[in-house]
Amino acid sequence: MGLSAYLLLAAGLFSLGVYGLVTRRNAVGVLASVELMANAVNINFVAFSRFLSANTGQVFALFSTAITVAEVVVGLALVIVLFRARGDVLLDAVSELKG
Amino acid sequence: MLEQISFVIVSVSLLICASRVVTARNLVHTVLWLGITLALTAVVFVMLRAPFMAAIQIILYTGGVLTLMLFGVMLTHRDAGFVTVQNPSHRQLSGGLLAVSVFAMFAAGILRTENLPNTPGESTIASLGVTFFGEQVLAFEVLSLLLLAAVLGAIVIARKRDAGLEGEERPPIPARGPLPPATKASGG
Repeated sequence: MGLSAYLLLAAGLFSLGVYGLVTRRNAVGVLASVELMANAVNINFVAFSRFLSANTGQVFALFSTAITVAEVVVGLALVIVLFRARGDVLLDAVSELKG
Repeated sequence: MLEQISFVIVSVSLLICASRVVTARNLVHTVLWLGITLALTAVVFVMLRAPFMAAIQIILYTGGVLTLMLFGVMLTHRDAGFVTVQNPSHRQLSGGLLAVSVFAMFAAGILRTENLPNTPGESTIASLGVTFFGEQVLAFEVLSLLLLAAVLGAIVIARKRDAGLEGEERPPIPARGPLPPATKASGG
């Protein structure tokens, strides 16, 4: 399979993540959508790494994986704080900082 | 030929699972579909001859992130397992339009680009390790600091503020349901 097939697959995955990011109201659902998008980006990194015969793409994908995991940890901590403060995790309702 | 067939099977099931992740009503189902999606991404990595990435994907995502997110769902819903969420239909319309246009933009860019490299190369785990601990060693060490900061930050953010104060009752968690209207700050 050529590079463009993998890039199209990643583009489809990313678009589905965008859809989830816009439609989900629950904070955990939003985090899952962000995970989908991060995975699409990782597929791109690894595909370019293979077709350009360079290791850097895979190294970058590993870094991005680790950073995404750190993001999920902090994000879930925020979700738990949000739940303690409000009793639900619906992001629509969190508007105290709106000016 | 076999590669084409397996690529089509894997990518179609990947997209189906991903669409279930963003549309499933039950949040636990969302997380479980996400697990299948992440495992299928590992299969894509194997097809790209990146076995180390595939192993990391399985260990970190399906092992760690999935468990964390299940915890997240179950800690924030007392009726976990029966959590259904509604997505407003106007959001679905705008989200669908946005997703389609994003995909169209990417697809046009990919399909109209000529001279995309099309000859796959091979990379071994050994050369990956040399890159990691040679050229990129500083980034690797900084990454460990980032992980430490994330762990400490998560603990500090999520800990109970009044932990350690004995004999003091915590205020009860407010019941779920429609929130009282926010009181407007004066002068805002």
